[in-house]
Amino acid sequence: MHSALFLIEFGAIILGLGLLGRVAGRFRFSPIPLYLLAGLAFGKGGLLPLGASEEFVAIGAEIGVILLLLMLGLEYTASDLVSNLRTQYPAGLVDFTLNAVPGALAALLLGWGPVAAVVLAGVTWISSSGVIAKVMGDLGRLGNRETPVILSILVLEDLAMAVYLPIVTALLAGVSLAAGSVTLTIALGVAGAVLFVAVRYGRVISRFVSSDDPEKLLLVVLGLTLLVAGIAQQLQVSAAVGAFLVGIALSGEVAEGAHALLSPLRDLFAAVFFVFFGLHTDPASIPPVLLPALALAVVTACTKVATGYWAAKRAGVGVKGRWRAGGTLVARGEFSIVIAGLAVTAGIEPAMGPLATAYVLILVVIGSLTARWTEPLAARLTRHRGRTSAAVPEVRERVDRATDPLAGSRGH
Amino acid sequence: MSTTPLPGIGVQYDLTTREHRHLSVIAHRDGTRTVNVYRADDPDACAHSLHLTAGEATSLIDALTPDHHSPTLLHTTDLGLVAERIELSAHSHWNGRVLGETRMRTETGASIVAVLRRAGAIPSPAPDFRLAGGDTMIVIGTREGVEAAAAILGRE
Repeated sequence: MHSALFLIEFGAIILGLGLLGRVAGRFRFSPIPLYLLAGLAFGKGGLLPLGASEEFVAIGAEIGVILLLLMLGLEYTASDLVSNLRTQYPAGLVDFTLNAVPGALAALLLGWGPVAAVVLAGVTWISSSGVIAKVMGDLGRLGNRETPVILSILVLEDLAMAVYLPIVTALLAGVSLAAGSVTLTIALGVAGAVLFVAVRYGRVISRFVSSDDPEKLLLVVLGLTLLVAGIAQQLQVSAAVGAFLVGIALSGEVAEGAHALLSPLRDLFAAVFFVFFGLHTDPASIPPVLLPALALAVVTACTKVATGYWAAKRAGVGVKGRWRAGGTLVARGEFSIVIAGLAVTAGIEPAMGPLATAYVLILVVIGSLTARWTEPLAARLTRHRGRTSAAVPEVRERVDRATDPLAGSRGH
Repeated sequence: MSTTPLPGIGVQYDLTTREHRHLSVIAHRDGTRTVNVYRADDPDACAHSLHLTAGEATSLIDALTPDHHSPTLLHTTDLGLVAERIELSAHSHWNGRVLGETRMRTETGASIVAVLRRAGAIPSPAPDFRLAGGDTMIVIGTREGVEAAAAILGRE
């Protein structure tokens, strides 16, 4: 009886997500905001409170985070990370300063305290590599000169996550300074060791995991990832970082095979994760935080544009390409939710979940628009007046344009 | 020709032609390719960006290679003989039958000189050679003969 009810509920959720995804696909938008909205609709204080499947959705959400980070790790080889870190670290620092600081300041202004400030800093800092890669592909900009710049910023952010997540996990667990620094040292040591081993002996690890049979490869990779994630969690390091490091350590053919096999699983569980996040947010709590979220979104959209502009300038890209790089980087998405999710499960600040939800909803939508329109708008505005005053009206005008379909993006 | 790694996507190859036009090819990790041509007024941005599957990219390479005339022609002599690659579909009538049953040489005068399989090439297959879906035959004959052979091999 219980299991029948569970199947009905869970099946309805997944089916609903699939239909929402189709709607998003029709409008060429990322489905993430729709998944979040679906979660809001089902959860506490929503239209249809769920009962039986709540527990499974919670576990699924955890697996979703782990798979998201594993796939991220599979995207990059260790040498990618190291060479990027070497050449692009100034861009990474500028990115951190311009985008993490506003989040932290906002949390302090709202009177949430230092731990929440660190969490919100992460929410506003990390761009969504998934959304951005898709937008660049849709706009036919993969070959542009600014693309390597955008990608290297994304790589640096993802690498920074490996350091940042353990810090947040330790802070949220409320450990003392001494214990926290021990945890952090362990985390950094492990991350460094894994990077070193992956650069040196990546082939050996991959050979151990490698298998011609997709079934065995799937089981080995998934098992290894969950095991390492669990151990990392036990060491207070953060399961997500463990999974990310497994992804980094796997390279070459194994990584490609695992990528192909795990993509559908990742899509399923990541969708479950977004729903879970929405479930734990009471829709009634969103209107009060809507204004701060909107303000934060506008400010951090501008700071991302500035970051991209600066990084592209540093790489010797022309003015138009600089605006394009800036506009493309605006979208935040899955990782802002992952970071906020840690805070929500730890229960530090009740308004954090709603704020992050509203923030990501706004920026996923705006981000797709800025990617497309920043450059033409900047060109038009700089022709009329000085370049410095261009940023703020630009965002306003962009929001007015939110009703426009994404003109200029073509189907394949 | 210069290369730029695009982490998470693949590798980009850039080429500047003698006429100072810039074009680039992105090799995606899933085997597909994107060919980009750049705008004259903004050399950093793509004017056109074509996404090709692995098969389409192969045909394009065939067309671009200077000493080829046509992607499906292996070789054309002046005497009017043609060589063609003909692929057997998975639900072909001949899937699992032996080569002799096609009566190819009697009917068309064209001969199958080799069969290409995933495992490798089989030169001069005998009449008792068993065909399988997915095989590619190299057929040599007159233009009409080869077309007739393609019609026979295309039977479902």
